[in-house]
Amino acid sequence: MISVTDQPFDPANALSKFEQRARGAGAIVNFIGKVREEADGDPVEALVLEHYPGVTEQSIAEIAADAQARWPISAVDIIHRVGRLSPGEPIVMVAVASAHRRAAFEAADFLMDYLKTRALFWKKEIRASGETWIEPRDDDYKHAALWEDKKEGA
Amino acid sequence: MARLLFFGKLADLAGAKAREEKLSDGAHKISDLINAIGLKDETLAAALREETVRFVVNEQIVSGDVPISDDDEVAFLPPVSGG
Repeated sequence: MISVTDQPFDPANALSKFEQRARGAGAIVNFIGKVREEADGDPVEALVLEHYPGVTEQSIAEIAADAQARWPISAVDIIHRVGRLSPGEPIVMVAVASAHRRAAFEAADFLMDYLKTRALFWKKEIRASGETWIEPRDDDYKHAALWEDKKEGA
Repeated sequence: MARLLFFGKLADLAGAKAREEKLSDGAHKISDLINAIGLKDETLAAALREETVRFVVNEQIVSGDVPISDDDEVAFLPPVSGG
């Protein structure tokens, strides 16, 4: 299930629903990304996330399909917030179910690397010192590129 | 009128998330559209020409300088940052 929402979500509630849907799986990996309290020692007041309705959901569906082609996973949940978020609020939740843990761990890691570098979201950090559009760090691109190498090597 | 959409920092530069642009007669590509924008706003046009900017035409991500027509929706995407 893919959900892009401007409403706050409760990860515990979402995970409990996912567990129902993923019944029978031997392993579930769940990742929750949250708004940081500070960046570079500067307090963060808010994070504003923009998306391209319709096209963003399509970009996430492609990433999820890619994960399903690479690992034997039985269910995937991706919830991503948009709009204005406060420090401590969840931005993203990824849940992956599989028969065994390795596939679930790797698929969740892959999904986050690709959500950070390929899904159509734009993120602005609002700090006391001003506003900045955030772009992925070199490290983020490097991690995402590693999955490409693995695919070619397979 | 082509409908233009700007995201992220490009919307800040354009001063709006959406605007309409009349394409003159004849064949057009995205680069022609950016050149037309450049006549009024060279800073925005330069930002749209950045290599990292991707284009979406009628909700499909396209690669390169594709042909467009006067009733298309053309979106300009700066580098993404999800998660």
